Amino acid sequence: MAQRLKEVDVVVIGVGMVGSIVAKELAAAGFKVVGLERGQTRSTVPEFQSPGIHDELRFDIRKALMQDNTREPVTFRNQGSQVALPLRRWESFLPGTGLGGSMVHWNGQTYRFQANDFQLATRTRERYGKNFLDPDVTIQDWGVTYDELEPHYDRFEYLLGTSGKAGNIQGKIQPGGDPHESPRSREYPTPPQKEHYQGALFRKAAVSLGYHPFPQPSSNLSEPYTNPEGMKLNACVFCGFCERYACEHYAKSVPQTVILPVLLANPNFELRTGCQVQRINLDSTKKKATGVTYIDAVGREFEQPAALVITSTFALNNVRMLLLSGIGTPYDPATGRGVVGRNYAYQTMSSVASFFDEDVFINPFMASGASGTLINDFAGDNFDHSGLGFIGGAFIGAVNTNGRPIEYHPVPPGTPNWGKGWKDAVVKHYNHTVMFSLHGSSVAQKQNYLDLDPTYRDAWGQPLLRMTFDFPQNDLKMAAYVTAKGVEIGKAMGAKQVAGAPRKAPYTTQTYQTTHNTGGTVMGADPKTSVVNRYLQSWDVPNVFVIGASAYPQNATWNPTDTLGALTYWAIDALKNKYLKNPGPLVPA
Amino acid sequence: MDKQRRDQPRKDTLSRRSFVTTVGAASVIPATALLSPTAEALTPAAPPAPSVTPSDKITYLFFNAAEVQFIEPACERLIPADESGPGALGAGVTNYLDKQLGGAWGAGERLYRSGPWQPGTPSQGYQLPFTPAELFHTSLRAISQDLAARGTPFHDMSADAQDAYLKSLESGAHDLDGVPSAVFFDMLLKMTVEGFFSDPAYGGNRNMVAWRMIGFPGAYADYFESIDQHGVKFVREPMSLAEDGQGHLHMRPDIPANL
Repeated sequence: MAQRLKEVDVVVIGVGMVGSIVAKELAAAGFKVVGLERGQTRSTVPEFQSPGIHDELRFDIRKALMQDNTREPVTFRNQGSQVALPLRRWESFLPGTGLGGSMVHWNGQTYRFQANDFQLATRTRERYGKNFLDPDVTIQDWGVTYDELEPHYDRFEYLLGTSGKAGNIQGKIQPGGDPHESPRSREYPTPPQKEHYQGALFRKAAVSLGYHPFPQPSSNLSEPYTNPEGMKLNACVFCGFCERYACEHYAKSVPQTVILPVLLANPNFELRTGCQVQRINLDSTKKKATGVTYIDAVGREFEQPAALVITSTFALNNVRMLLLSGIGTPYDPATGRGVVGRNYAYQTMSSVASFFDEDVFINPFMASGASGTLINDFAGDNFDHSGLGFIGGAFIGAVNTNGRPIEYHPVPPGTPNWGKGWKDAVVKHYNHTVMFSLHGSSVAQKQNYLDLDPTYRDAWGQPLLRMTFDFPQNDLKMAAYVTAKGVEIGKAMGAKQVAGAPRKAPYTTQTYQTTHNTGGTVMGADPKTSVVNRYLQSWDVPNVFVIGASAYPQNATWNPTDTLGALTYWAIDALKNKYLKNPGPLVPA
Repeated sequence: MDKQRRDQPRKDTLSRRSFVTTVGAASVIPATALLSPTAEALTPAAPPAPSVTPSDKITYLFFNAAEVQFIEPACERLIPADESGPGALGAGVTNYLDKQLGGAWGAGERLYRSGPWQPGTPSQGYQLPFTPAELFHTSLRAISQDLAARGTPFHDMSADAQDAYLKSLESGAHDLDGVPSAVFFDMLLKMTVEGFFSDPAYGGNRNMVAWRMIGFPGAYADYFESIDQHGVKFVREPMSLAEDGQGHLHMRPDIPANL
């Protein structure tokens, strides 16, 4: 029997980046906030320190910072006709756990989406006509525009101290920045990081082909910075241990370095770790949440009543939380009806490897998670798609983040998998190869969705999330197109051999691609095709807000974190200035 | 914290470590090249790979004697010794395998182990009920029986014959008492590469031989001053986890430890 606790104003599920920011703002506004985090407390000192933190085996291979998949995996199948089976180990994507969430192990790549992305369905129809796309593609507008989000992007980037070079300030194109970006109100908080050799080689080749290279916006900082919360960050030293690791230097912008100490100092906030939320509780009308039920680290069950519930977990877990709680109608791919779990999307990752002679020393180990150089000439809708048969695109960049050798030892196609031939190739190419990442968009498609698994359960006895996903034809065509462009740049660099690897079907969970899982609780203007309204408020249960990349109706070209930060401040603005003054639906259904 | 203050303790660390390493490994690198990862260290001289002697005997705790007779030569065929440096055996990879399989990883650490069980598609990944320890023991027993029936144990085969047998395992030609041989081979190869390139703290990559072979400087370095010296060969003794840190914490007076 659950022990009933004293009611609070707000309960926040998941104390990662979103949860930390929301809790900080609402606690500062005078509300009593409880944060429930399933993982453990973690701080820069002592958890993120040497010597342990630079251990490739423990963090890259054994995935020490990730969601405990022995208790809470995901089941997967490519097609609805197959039986989904549990992912017995994480490989393709890596959700984090613990205080600070997945952002603790991010790379710090901090891109905005473009104005076009937020009105993708409308703009695609206007530019290419209404029959341009495969009828199974279910892209839609976000219900919020870039102009509305711009001040919130700005606020989030200044919280992080992001290092970069603006390409468009209030409509004026800036030399050295990305000329394709949508207008920003001011320059980045700090200048770009130093450029590594791969980036410099890429830049020269891209310019020779008439493209527009620019420095990767990085939240591994180029110089010391004090953010508006008074938090002080250091300059990054390019140790090459960013993604899948925590930063020991206070140089990567994560909740621990940009906001958590401020939040934890506020007596209006209470952090409880080791708490696995089982469901959001509803009253008999099913239109009002009464709080949450959780099980603590030693197995005791509690009911935490609250006037407002915010679920701010990783995208996949937000979807599962709504499904387990009975909030919103689950999506049915057979009829196209229902919304929860609909429009699951990913990222379409391709690569190009350029092999140089052994007198060219690339030093891949000198890098931060975001110290590369890239172009947006083939991203989003920055090029004419007429006659190409697809929408979307990829950024192409020399954005390699490390030279950690268990994972990183590039060899040309045709190299044996083992033996002397393999060893020779590893020795010959390790320090003499430039890798491009082609970071591609992902359209939503009606066959790709998330629901609850009928068979497999978590350690608490609840159904696992079931993922049904394969790459849409749209995205495979896009991957082939942009990879050919990347190969041309590799050749223009003067590499001896250039090998493009466009992403191909079927989607496999067995090779790492990216942790940019999106959709499933998408935002929008129409409750028939969205789970939350434009303020990330549940259409069905107005005192529940769902904040995460689960809100993206489809995924754009770029890494999703900056947009999630902007949406977080956008939702907070609506909470503080509208909802909490007069609780109820912010948009009439 | 300004850059000078940040760099200072790192340089101290490097010079202490480099001194010890230079003496211990009888390296021919001039001591000045080891003082800091700055321009002085970016010299074109490569450190020689230290030799690994057979006297680095392994105490096997997981593999039995018969299993060792397969696993040692098999790993050495996967990564053979040659002019570029030691192979898997010289690097201590079988010691790494032994300790991993005998510990938490072998017992199924980070492996979701609830049924029901059924074969999946390649994109669904590993779906056998075996832990890595069970998978190795089962597969190695079946391999031993198979080779006994063929008349030549693995360690008595020629290198070419060993390669041919390993290729037959890789292609999945054998049913190893329920384990598809391709699944076993895949796990063996993955763990061999792990043992070769992981930190020496885990029992392989002895003397960081694999890191020296490719030019990876190891667990830690501050490249702030060298990242924009493009195309220069970076020469410095690699650093293992045992040498990284040295008890130095990056404390911040304004942010308390243990949030």
